[in-house]
Amino acid sequence: MLESEFMRLALGAGAVVGVLSPAVGFFLVQRRQSLVGDGIGHVAFAGVAAGILLDISPILTALVAALLGGIAIEFLRSKGKTAGDQALALVFYTGIAAGVVLISAAGALDVDLFQYLFGSILTVTRTDLAVIAGLGAVGLTTVGLLYRPLAGIVIDEEGARVAGVPIGALNVIVAALAAVTVALSMRVVGILLVAALMVLPVSAASRIAWSMRSTFLLSISVGLASVLVGLTISYYADLPPGGTIVLAAAGAFGLALGASALRGR
Amino acid sequence: MSLAVELSGVSFAYRAGYDVLENVDLEVGEGEFVAIAGPNGGGKTTLVRIVLGLERPSQGTASLYGEPAHRFSRRRTLGYLAQRSELGGDAPATVCEVVSAGRLAAGGLLGPLRRRDRELVAEAIARVGLTELADTPVRTLSGGMQQRAFIAKALAGEPSILVLDEPTTGVDAESQESLAALLSRLHSELGATILYVSHEFGAVEHFVERLVLVRRTIVFDGVPQSLPGVWHDPSHVHA
Repeated sequence: MLESEFMRLALGAGAVVGVLSPAVGFFLVQRRQSLVGDGIGHVAFAGVAAGILLDISPILTALVAALLGGIAIEFLRSKGKTAGDQALALVFYTGIAAGVVLISAAGALDVDLFQYLFGSILTVTRTDLAVIAGLGAVGLTTVGLLYRPLAGIVIDEEGARVAGVPIGALNVIVAALAAVTVALSMRVVGILLVAALMVLPVSAASRIAWSMRSTFLLSISVGLASVLVGLTISYYADLPPGGTIVLAAAGAFGLALGASALRGR
Repeated sequence: MSLAVELSGVSFAYRAGYDVLENVDLEVGEGEFVAIAGPNGGGKTTLVRIVLGLERPSQGTASLYGEPAHRFSRRRTLGYLAQRSELGGDAPATVCEVVSAGRLAAGGLLGPLRRRDRELVAEAIARVGLTELADTPVRTLSGGMQQRAFIAKALAGEPSILVLDEPTTGVDAESQESLAALLSRLHSELGATILYVSHEFGAVEHFVERLVLVRRTIVFDGVPQSLPGVWHDPSHVHA
């Protein structure tokens, strides 16, 4: 498998996304915002469509749209104008509707949208990998530096607000991190499954971890393992990589649930 | 004694025409231990949220050490245990992780905690008697132990004002006594100003210096022993 360059590139890109997605998703899941990644993914679809219409790199326009969508969700939620799930639904449907309209305006409904909807990790180039690794490193460094305040807000947001911790700015940073993660994950698992790697590894780790920090580290391990196992299975069994990776993560959740049940006996 | 908290002519309404608080005047000196009691819905939580600058009065002024409460410059010196405090998220946060969150504002936001911050966290855990359970997930502890962990979190920030909103809700009677004794000891050891909010003032009047009874406005303010007998009748309090 490793003698093929496309697989080496795919494994490299997958490894970055496999680590970054649960590292960012950890804070969304703990704050009961598991579907935020999905909402941002739908806005990213509008970005892809805008890129096709304007003849600009769809990945770049998806990143910009995802950032705007992530910040919009956070703004609507935090200002209390709209309940969290309604804010998400608003961005969710506006994003997908704008995507369909823009793709249609570009006369590109016949474009191969599958690579954006379901991922195209086997077509990752060296340049793609460099961009994914660079943005991934920025994302992971940010999470590493801000782990403590982000975890502190999960533990007690009101207490942190009283003590003067800049909650609003930190929430916007999480939204921006989620947007970058979504834009990078598009190539690996596609827009429709983009949030799976942000949520499933964290859910699996929560079942077997013994502390908050161990949950965070286990989430990353499960995410990375899911990508590597999923890609390997998809290579030898000739299955679609995106779906296989997500099924591997779902399998990890099942194993963690079983382990947790056995431990509870 | 300088003033830590000062409310002057404070009124507050979540909806126009329905005042939760009306013309409240309250002064709390530095280092006082005050119980704020009253019936559910009487405005106690709103009052402390105004004190903490989380809400702004529709009329009147709220100050902390002479500064407007909502723009208080030393917020890191405020410790707050919110009503029905419970752990956010699903991750099994340990006592140590929860208490460490109390050093967020004082210890800086970037990178890991410094040694001095870790020492203060360990000290706060020791003060509430949870050293042996420092690595235990908080959710696996009893209600009383969980409240101790949250009190330690508030203490870890070295607060000059500590606000505890209904800290004994959902805690058994024995643990309530033990929490009360703990707070009394912490007050004498730390000298912080403590505002203790409770709807059951009978449980707090044994260990506070001053009792403030709130029912939309302040209906009693004095030493607990001078509380008129009629206020011990629940039907009168909740009428």
